[in-house]
Amino acid sequence: MKIAGKGISQPISSKQTGAQSGFKQKLLAFASLIILVIVFSVASSNFFQFSNLVGILVSTAVIGVLALGATFVIITGGIDLALGTVMTFSSVMVGVIITFWGLPVPFGIVGGILAGALCGFISGLMVAKMNIPPFIATLAIMMVTKGLSLVITGAKPIYFNDDPIFAKIAMGKMIPGIPNTIIIFLLLGVIASIILSKTIIGRYNFALGSNEEATRLSGVNTVKWKIVIYTITGIFSGIAGILMASRLNSAQPSLGTGYELEAIAAVVIGGTSLSGGVGSILGTIIGALIMSVLTNGLQIMSVAQEWRTVIVGVVIIIAVYADILRRRKQ
Amino acid sequence: MKQRRRGIIMLASLLLATTLLGACNNSDSKKSASGSDKPYIPVISKGFQHQFWQAVKQGAEKAAKEFNVEITFEGPENESQVDKQIEMLQTALDKKPAAIALAALDSKAAIPYLEKAKENNIPIIGFDSGVDSDIPVATAATDNKAAAALAADKMAELIGKKGKVGLVVHDQTSSTGQQRRDGFLEQMKAKYPDIEVLEPQYGGGDQLKSTDLAKAMMQANPDLKGIYGSNEGSAVGVANAVNELQMGGKIVVIGFDSGKQLMDAIRSGVVAGAVTQDPIGIGYQAVKAAVQAIKGETVEKNIDTGFHWYDKNNIDSDEIKPLLYE
Repeated sequence: MKIAGKGISQPISSKQTGAQSGFKQKLLAFASLIILVIVFSVASSNFFQFSNLVGILVSTAVIGVLALGATFVIITGGIDLALGTVMTFSSVMVGVIITFWGLPVPFGIVGGILAGALCGFISGLMVAKMNIPPFIATLAIMMVTKGLSLVITGAKPIYFNDDPIFAKIAMGKMIPGIPNTIIIFLLLGVIASIILSKTIIGRYNFALGSNEEATRLSGVNTVKWKIVIYTITGIFSGIAGILMASRLNSAQPSLGTGYELEAIAAVVIGGTSLSGGVGSILGTIIGALIMSVLTNGLQIMSVAQEWRTVIVGVVIIIAVYADILRRRKQ
Repeated sequence: MKQRRRGIIMLASLLLATTLLGACNNSDSKKSASGSDKPYIPVISKGFQHQFWQAVKQGAEKAAKEFNVEITFEGPENESQVDKQIEMLQTALDKKPAAIALAALDSKAAIPYLEKAKENNIPIIGFDSGVDSDIPVATAATDNKAAAALAADKMAELIGKKGKVGLVVHDQTSSTGQQRRDGFLEQMKAKYPDIEVLEPQYGGGDQLKSTDLAKAMMQANPDLKGIYGSNEGSAVGVANAVNELQMGGKIVVIGFDSGKQLMDAIRSGVVAGAVTQDPIGIGYQAVKAAVQAIKGETVEKNIDTGFHWYDKNNIDSDEIKPLLYE
């Protein structure tokens, strides 16, 4: 987390403490994850088994990829409520390209990513250029993409039965025993982490979140970089759409609502602050894992589903409050 | 200055938008007012995105054509949006229709509106889960409890009447969700004492969520013999889970409803079979009953639209094929 921009002097101090507390939060989150795994393993012999652990990772992938993308906008102090429906819209576009137009799978993949990127770009444009608050801009995109998905498909799922390769993207196994979707998720995590900590995009991302005005005054084109960041988030949503469509071997136009909140919860549990300027990709990955380990483990322990939802909610409160308490101490 | 100008622009565009909307509404009401040649029947379902509702819509449209009435078909996005459905009901009443066909998400919430309809002599026809009240003159619906009991019988038969089975149910609050759960559970309890039924899991009909739930269920119970999925999304999710864990042939999957993926899974043998309703019949019977009620004819109070078991042997038969939708 040595992201603190060297080019801009003003926001550095706040960012460095941010980086430190981020590290501590990650440690805390990681420790909670380990504790959860231990508790569930003791509670049920069926939990700590290779196939179940693979299952947990597979079920983390879609929300996890959305959360990776969300980390970028949330660090700017923004939000993206369109994550879930942009994902769905992208999967629908993949279906249109592969099934309706009959083009080969790679075109579908590129098209899905582009569809996500375009949605992100438009959100970014509205936020940065038109000064629409991120909450509203992305809420609008959420509705637009949700509606478009239904219009394009005629409210019917699109199937990929013609091309068996497509289903292999997520559930094929290039490494024996481990579905590709897990590898893709982790690989995207590494890429996201590099973008955030090693590139100028990441540097400006943190600068925008810590102090947008100061960043602008020091000569950074904040409009351009904000659009870039929202576009990145869109790209991740697009990839999540491809993974989901591949796993279900179909593009389901009515899916995806509510996924954005799960993704945002994962980001927040991972120590990224909704007020911006603080956050990390590793934290987000851990946050997403905590959510799915909790869901899976409680089910395996036969905790009633109504209570599982309550427990996940309480965990979010604890995670965020622990973060606030610690930061206040500093 | 700049802000003020922006304010004026916004105000102007808002005005423009409302005028446009107003114009649309006007033409709408004019149409229904002047369209006295054709009775207008709004059909308010519990959804529209799902394949099932599209099939109901198809049946409703068929009846509308046959009996020369005008219908609109609408429903909320998911089965928890009770408030949205009530709004639709309110709007429908405002249009002074000849009759209303309604599949209530929450019967109690709808009662004040149904009473208003009764005062205005607008007959209400229930369909699908129907409306839990005396007001509807008729209800066209599947007996979901009996249908779920059939699923339980088939499950028991296929696992040899002994062992552990699980349920992935689409909803714990809607009446179809409850009936399809309880019908299964009660039948198991009453007739098959050697079958242990696990705590039902609820996946909201979301394929991805249902897949993960079914996978965890199989992980937690290595001795599991079978899983019942209570609607299309749940059943397809269970089938996905069985495929992902390569348990095909080891776990008996019983589904509900149809749809291309579920039918493919039945043809390939991953899913043993499913209970189907007659969605086209539901839509058709609802509109037909509405027409009869408008004309003042007597209408059968409970129109059972039926249910059927299908598996890979009879999936293409003349009896079953028309009931399935892709």
